[in-house]
Amino acid sequence: MPSRRSLLTAAFFALLAVAAVVPMLIGQAKFPQWLEIVLGGLMSGVLYALVALGLVLIFKASGVFNFAQGAMVLFAALCLVRLMEKVPFVVALALTLAIMVALAWIVERVVLRPLVNQEGIVLFMATLGIAYFLDGFGQIVWGSDVYTLDVGMPKEPKILFEKTFEGGILVSTEDLLAALIAALLVASLAFFFQKTPTGRALRAVADDHQAAQSIGIPLNRIWVIVWSVAGLVALVGGIVWGSKLGVQFSLQQVALKALPVVILGGFTSIPGAIVGGLLIGLGEKLSEVYLGPLFGGGIENWFAYVLALVFLLFRPEGLFGERHIDRV
Amino acid sequence: MIYRETGQFKTTYASDVQLFPIVQDRVVVIAFLAFAFCVVPFVASDYLFRAILTPFLILSLAALGLNILVGYCGQLSLGTGGFMAVGAYAAYNLAVRMPDLNLIVVLVLAGLCSTVVGALFGIPSLRIKGFYLAVTTLAAQFFLDWLFARVGWFTNYSSSGSVAAPPLALFGWHVEGPVRKYLFVLSIVCVLALLAKNLTRGAIGRSWMAIRDMDVAAEVIGIRPLHAKLTAFAVSSFYVGLAGALWAFVYLGAWEPLAFDVNRSFELLFMVIIGGLGSILGSFLGAAFIVILPIALNRLPAALGIPLSTATVSEIELMVFGALIVFFLIAEPRGLARLWAIGKEKLRLWPFPH
Amino acid sequence: MTKLFSMKGLALAVAAASALAAAQAVAQSNEIFVPALVYRTGPYAPNGVPWADGFVDYLKLVNERDGGINGVKIAYEECETGYATDRGVECYERLKSRKPVAFSPLSTGITYALTEKAPGDHIVLITAGYGRADSVDGSVFRWNFPMLGTYWDGADILVQHVKKKGPLKGKKIALVYHDSPYGKEPIPVLEELAKREGFTLLKLPVTHPGVEQKATWLQIRQQRPDYVFLWGWGVMNSTAIKEAIAVSYPRLQMYGVWWAAAEPDVLPAEQAAKGYNGLALGHSAENNLPVHKDMMRFLYDKGKGTAAKKEEVGQVLYNRGMISAMLTVESIRTAMGKYGKGVMTGDQVRWGAEHLKLDPARIKQLGMEGIVQPLAASCSDHGGSHAASIHTWDGSHWSYTSDLYHADYKLLRPMVQESALRYAKEKGIQPVDCSREK
Repeated sequence: MPSRRSLLTAAFFALLAVAAVVPMLIGQAKFPQWLEIVLGGLMSGVLYALVALGLVLIFKASGVFNFAQGAMVLFAALCLVRLMEKVPFVVALALTLAIMVALAWIVERVVLRPLVNQEGIVLFMATLGIAYFLDGFGQIVWGSDVYTLDVGMPKEPKILFEKTFEGGILVSTEDLLAALIAALLVASLAFFFQKTPTGRALRAVADDHQAAQSIGIPLNRIWVIVWSVAGLVALVGGIVWGSKLGVQFSLQQVALKALPVVILGGFTSIPGAIVGGLLIGLGEKLSEVYLGPLFGGGIENWFAYVLALVFLLFRPEGLFGERHIDRV
Repeated sequence: MIYRETGQFKTTYASDVQLFPIVQDRVVVIAFLAFAFCVVPFVASDYLFRAILTPFLILSLAALGLNILVGYCGQLSLGTGGFMAVGAYAAYNLAVRMPDLNLIVVLVLAGLCSTVVGALFGIPSLRIKGFYLAVTTLAAQFFLDWLFARVGWFTNYSSSGSVAAPPLALFGWHVEGPVRKYLFVLSIVCVLALLAKNLTRGAIGRSWMAIRDMDVAAEVIGIRPLHAKLTAFAVSSFYVGLAGALWAFVYLGAWEPLAFDVNRSFELLFMVIIGGLGSILGSFLGAAFIVILPIALNRLPAALGIPLSTATVSEIELMVFGALIVFFLIAEPRGLARLWAIGKEKLRLWPFPH
Repeated sequence: MTKLFSMKGLALAVAAASALAAAQAVAQSNEIFVPALVYRTGPYAPNGVPWADGFVDYLKLVNERDGGINGVKIAYEECETGYATDRGVECYERLKSRKPVAFSPLSTGITYALTEKAPGDHIVLITAGYGRADSVDGSVFRWNFPMLGTYWDGADILVQHVKKKGPLKGKKIALVYHDSPYGKEPIPVLEELAKREGFTLLKLPVTHPGVEQKATWLQIRQQRPDYVFLWGWGVMNSTAIKEAIAVSYPRLQMYGVWWAAAEPDVLPAEQAAKGYNGLALGHSAENNLPVHKDMMRFLYDKGKGTAAKKEEVGQVLYNRGMISAMLTVESIRTAMGKYGKGVMTGDQVRWGAEHLKLDPARIKQLGMEGIVQPLAASCSDHGGSHAASIHTWDGSHWSYTSDLYHADYKLLRPMVQESALRYAKEKGIQPVDCSREK
């Protein structure tokens, strides 16, 4: 007999699926437009998942809710785009990677090590402090203009099936490429975690800090590695988002979008980040286009959070998050 | 040596559990209040009132509310800006639609509106904990942001979405001008701070702290988590809503929903953390720190004679702000209130070493 | 122990610095203080920076080239607001002690907040091209001057322009607007015009800061409006244009208000934004007028210019900032004409602004012929001028693509008066009788 928890979850998903399909069946919404929105939503979702990945990585390995992930995305993108003005792309990429590793090292040394036994909320606030610092620092060093990041992403959309459907189905090639890049990143991360010794060490640390320490895994070095990997993920996210929106201050707002993804998927799960991202992206766009006009528009900002909230009510640790056992 | 309890005997239970059992404490607090009420209105400049003292008082009230929720009850909330907005718009609607209501009644009712909303958004806390709860309170923040921007009723159908507070008057005494506004806010804050202190010292405060420390154990010994958490959300939202109404009416004068956005929530959380979680005094210290710091950082380059563009000054502000937060958290994670407590401890022995 | 003392030391330092902060430096007694509420950081910085540069540059130019206004030098100070209303209010309070005569907050939100405070403090608000549309009515809004044009003017002119392309009955116009007082301003006029002309108005709000527009533009693709009016600011503009490209919405059918039609908005998309139209508030990106040449000669060649790059001089927003400063300076000069050549007070500058007259001859004298329309302010019309044309981006330049339009005050005047009277009633203000004003 499946548990009440999984029944409720299944019911929730069924409800979501119905809600997603209903607009297509009633009234004006036609299939090709619905499909466009679904595709658009799924692809935005992948982009959110990209940022959420960094959050999950750090939380898994060090138990820190890294609110500075958005600032890291912006910082990485800024470094890259400004360096690209002076040196070719590949060199700029390598330099930026080096900068992100250095950043990881500094963060570990200056912030994480002194705060090693503090409560989660203190570490969270420390990452907020890091976010503010990176914000100001990035703008002082690289400037606060809007910089165009041109990595050759196509800007014009593709219109498919023009003969079958009126107007065709619009597919953003840029988003499609971004989704592919994200998939590649996830695949390489999965490979890294499963097959390489460092990856295994990271999983050990994520499982149990003390046990990992007792078998000789150096926690400090692991944390530097994790933050570096998160920095790499931030860089990829920065490239993708920066190419879409231009590298500017508001790029870090996308981190706020990654939060419902993380809570929906579970703070400690990488597949959770992907699935959560897809769900949130889909839910957001569908709700904005079909529910939005009923409410006057602009609902996507909070809809994602409300969706995650409702979901958490019967799965308090998210879709794939670890069950939290309270012991007295 | 000066600050010692020797010779102060308590003969009744009431005197033992009073708010300031040590005479020196009582004297200092009364002197400080007298200074704030009687001396400051005559010596401080207009700018000091408008830009530092009044916002400090109002934000410390909001920080007090948040401290009750986060510090005393352990429920992390990032939706404080939204609750301030509820208080502000409730007060506005009451004042505009029922212009004959007394100002205090308007403020209290606005606080109560915020209480209801806060309790509503606090219901998920019964199932969700920790950072998950924090992120879900963001749902409240963004939803309320949107609600006040979209639903015309709340802004009295103003086409721009911007609303202005009506002129404030209390029993014929017009709350106009920096000094009067300061005194008005100071009185409200004193009363409410006293109330908060007594709440946290009482049974309800103890139930909050029990939930914070070990909620399963608390439930085992008979403290109802539903009751404790919802009352924490309710009381906290009352304070935050009232502070929001004051912020809008007394400080801003005219505002739009963006005045209460997520940055405000983070600012309040910083105040509470830096000031000290679980401490009434900490809320005030944290608020003072956060209010004064940007202004000081802004003026420092000019005062030191280094010419910097406003953009650079802004960015340095951000950097210093972030760095100071990390610094404070490393040096004293329990906040400025803890430093104050350590200071008092040292004072009891001073000038003797032990 | 050492940590404790170092922390205490730090706290003391912060306290001392703040005490310094409280001590004010007063402006020199023979200078007029003109503050600049600007934003050079944050999501609106790309558009705020050129405006700020133009504003400050003009003040510097008047000091350098003319020795001040009739010999009285201008003291100025920038204050960073980040487009946030509460920071704007804080800047206002901080700078008030230096006896400023006029504020130009470059934010409709801050304007709304300061409209409550400025009258009591006797400080003029010159909101050139933004601010409250109903503040044109000077009998109620004695201290607000929405010179050059308001958003109601802009909305009306846009509809006039698209009407020329074909009757609007049955057509659909989408308004993509910034969800703030700024973006919501044109809605009453557009709704009224929708009723009169028979078009459907589709309102699509975009939440600050405006980078999330995918759903908005997917909706536009679904609804296929005939025209899209963009009322955005900061990165919302460039994002809108990029999203329009991503859904293949023809840029030729997009019209931005004068704050959504400048270089920072189209440059990120460059060639792909070709065909995008915008309102030109009397000026476009002219950069070779006598005033620009003066800028070069007196400021940039001597290294005193504010802009980081010389190329910024003459850009759309730079010009607008420059013109805003010019309006402030000319208001002060007009006041001096009546009250004598000394340091002016707020009341005197208010009179000056209310009686500001810029005829073509004077505009030519200022070296701004071609970028400023003749302006004549009065008690009943604090705007002074309500004209705009359309300019279009061709991939690398802006060029005018229409004649000058004038806002239809037969339609707008009753709306302005109704809104102003409603405000007066709410605030308990007694409107003055403009026919009695001298």
